Amino acid sequence: MSLNLKKGVNRQSAYNLRDPNIDYEAAHTLSIIVDNESGVLARVIGLFSGRGYNIDSLTVAEIDHSGHRSRITIVTSGTPKVINQIKAQLNRMVPVHEVIDLTLKGKAVQRELAIFKVNGTGNQRVEALRLADVFRAKVVDSTLKSFTFELTGNSEKIDAFAELMEPLGLLEMARTGIVALLRGHNSS
Amino acid sequence: MKSSKEKITGAEIVIKALIEQGVDTVFGYPGGAILPVYDELFQQKKIRHILVRHEQAATHAAEGYARSTGKIGVVFVTSGPGATNSVTGLTDALMDSVPIVVISGQVPTFMIGNDAFQEADTVGITRPCTKHNWLVKDTNKLAETIHKAFHVAKTGRPGPVLVDIPKDVQFASGCYTKKKKVSTDFFKSELSIDPNLLVETVQRLEKASKPIIYSGGGVINSGEKAVNLLRKLVSKTNFPITSTLMGLGSYPASGNNWLGMLGMHGTYEANMSMHDCDFMLCVGARFDDRITGRIDAFSPSSFKVHIDIDPSSINKNVTVDVPLIGDVSIILEELIAAWEKRGSKVSTQKLGQWWKEIGEWKNVKSLKYTNSSSVIKPQYALQKLEEHTRGHNRYISTEVGQHQMWAAQFMGFEEPNRWMTSGGLGTMGYGFPASIGIQVAHPKSLVINVAGEASWLMNMQELGTAVQYRLPVKQFILNNERLGMVRQWQELLHGERYSHSWSDALPDFEKLAEAYGIKGIRCEDPAKLDDAIKAMLDYPGPVIFDCLVEKHENCFPMIPSGKAHNEMILGEKTQSDNISDQGAVLV
Ligand SMILES: Cc1ncc(C[n+]2csc(CCOP(=O)(O)OP(=O)(O)O)c2C)c(N)n1
Ligand SMILES: [Mg+2]
Repeated sequence: MSLNLKKGVNRQSAYNLRDPNIDYEAAHTLSIIVDNESGVLARVIGLFSGRGYNIDSLTVAEIDHSGHRSRITIVTSGTPKVINQIKAQLNRMVPVHEVIDLTLKGKAVQRELAIFKVNGTGNQRVEALRLADVFRAKVVDSTLKSFTFELTGNSEKIDAFAELMEPLGLLEMARTGIVALLRGHNSS
Repeated sequence: MKSSKEKITGAEIVIKALIEQGVDTVFGYPGGAILPVYDELFQQKKIRHILVRHEQAATHAAEGYARSTGKIGVVFVTSGPGATNSVTGLTDALMDSVPIVVISGQVPTFMIGNDAFQEADTVGITRPCTKHNWLVKDTNKLAETIHKAFHVAKTGRPGPVLVDIPKDVQFASGCYTKKKKVSTDFFKSELSIDPNLLVETVQRLEKASKPIIYSGGGVINSGEKAVNLLRKLVSKTNFPITSTLMGLGSYPASGNNWLGMLGMHGTYEANMSMHDCDFMLCVGARFDDRITGRIDAFSPSSFKVHIDIDPSSINKNVTVDVPLIGDVSIILEELIAAWEKRGSKVSTQKLGQWWKEIGEWKNVKSLKYTNSSSVIKPQYALQKLEEHTRGHNRYISTEVGQHQMWAAQFMGFEEPNRWMTSGGLGTMGYGFPASIGIQVAHPKSLVINVAGEASWLMNMQELGTAVQYRLPVKQFILNNERLGMVRQWQELLHGERYSHSWSDALPDFEKLAEAYGIKGIRCEDPAKLDDAIKAMLDYPGPVIFDCLVEKHENCFPMIPSGKAHNEMILGEKTQSDNISDQGAVLV
């Protein structure tokens, strides 16, 4: 015997009436202060891969040697619900001291550093150098056939420079991923 | 033991730290990499060691011990295979929030990474299935780490931790650190009670016309105080209460307001009340998919308040209106105080109407089944078991499958910590070793494992443990010669193609008992069941009770995958068309 729906009860739930925009995905930059101990990065990354969260960019380095603290900066994307889950999951990890959602907290300075090796001769070479100047990239190494540029900026700037270098003999590039801090005089 | 200023070996430190933590029992299995610890164990009298027959069983026994006592379960395993064998138990404990501490041996520090004999990356392997784990490379840090491990296991939402100790660290000498010298600031339990939210909750509670309290394992984990407060709240408000599989016993099954368990195999009245309620107070439960059914049709018109100690449980599956984060006992205390301060009001008249509605659902008698005089129905067997053991000082564990759900439906739990079952992970093979852990903790009590024959075989090697330690555990096997729950799903979902879901080549359980020098009982006649159960209860030692039951019984009621609470199926007829293609991909 199967039970019929009660009269007046709609199969479609009231959840369908909620704000549809609640499900939009957005990128968030999270700054995570952790104990600098072995395995801590594996724990954080394992959380993201194990629970199926995105990582668009990740950087990590020690920021307080005597206090054994590192800052992990992760750019992730998801619906507000997923972002809240990520923060709650991170917060309950033993070596995690603080999780700061820079995207929610206000405006943040976000920077990446990239190194480009561009091979070329003649006009190509001149053009590469000229554009590097426009972008305020530094020449950090050169041979008669190549330049190695260093560039810092936000991710869009780095993408744009890479695109310009492509036809001018871009051989390879390396970039750090995003580091970020809140603007203003307060700590994050 | 020597004074704390003197240096002692790592192995001595392990034992000393456990004793300081109040540990009296360890479940384990020795091997090369943990031998120094076993050597120390041999030379002391404060800690009792139970030698299991497989490390998975050690972890489940520790879970049984922990859940039946509220203490922390402790396990010793060796490196490599010993550690990997503990993974299922760790995962089980993580899912069901059971505090256990596993101490594993590891190859010496200078050999780590060389593929040494019995080397495994234990911290790597157990990272996702522990709350936290540690590899200790310095004997001076060993005591501190063990104290931290105990702190993490029991703080906030309880769970498993692991401390991996290389053999050279066990041999080397170092200083002991006392528990009180170890700061616990590094890991705290969160508490956030916004007074405004508390008031909002109380206002909603006062006005609710169709309220329900939905409680879970968090109440039991919180302890006696939480249980008493929950009972007080229910009796003072006269609200109906249902519970998850993990929460059975926090409100007594004989209580007036009890609706039975909710969820996939919960009662009709519990699920319908959840669906139609207008105010839901979730106390220490986590809106698991077995509970909610189809998520977008879950309790569509209720105002939801969620009490949980773990902030990551909030809005994970179901969006709630008011989260109250913290220990159940603290939050309930504040909530009840706030409600009493405003005059302990409820909407009595509407509540009466609601109870009437619930009464109609109760009249459906969703647990009814057709009994038989020729074959034992599994439900009947459990009703009989309940009848003969009710009022006993009794603990029940289960394996996983139909028998587990029937046990939850047909056995009544009056007190917390009396019911141990693998909920979150659904681990076949949990029940027998868990019953051993329970019996070790409660030597004088009646401990019964309600088992399915297939699950029971998964850790049947523990007969040796039961016999060695004279643990009179009763293994009540509902033998349907089937992987019954799998068979049921194949019947409902896979066109009755019973792919590998029968238990072939079963042992003769009576002879198996005989081989271990314990008692075996077989019963297949409903008329003889009473006497057979009495014989089991009268026997002072371990018993394997082979209860041959109807092979094709299905477990009802059931919310089919992908369906809502109000789309339960009750009857015995096959309902394959009840499950949509979308539902079929769900587990
Ligand atoms: C370790 C493990 N493997 C597989 C499963 C999937 N599974 C769930 S119930 C079940 C059948 C259990 O059979 P039995 O123990 O005889 O219990 P019954 O359902 O017949 O009462 C299986 C195979 C599981 N839960 N755990
Ligand atoms: Mg079976």
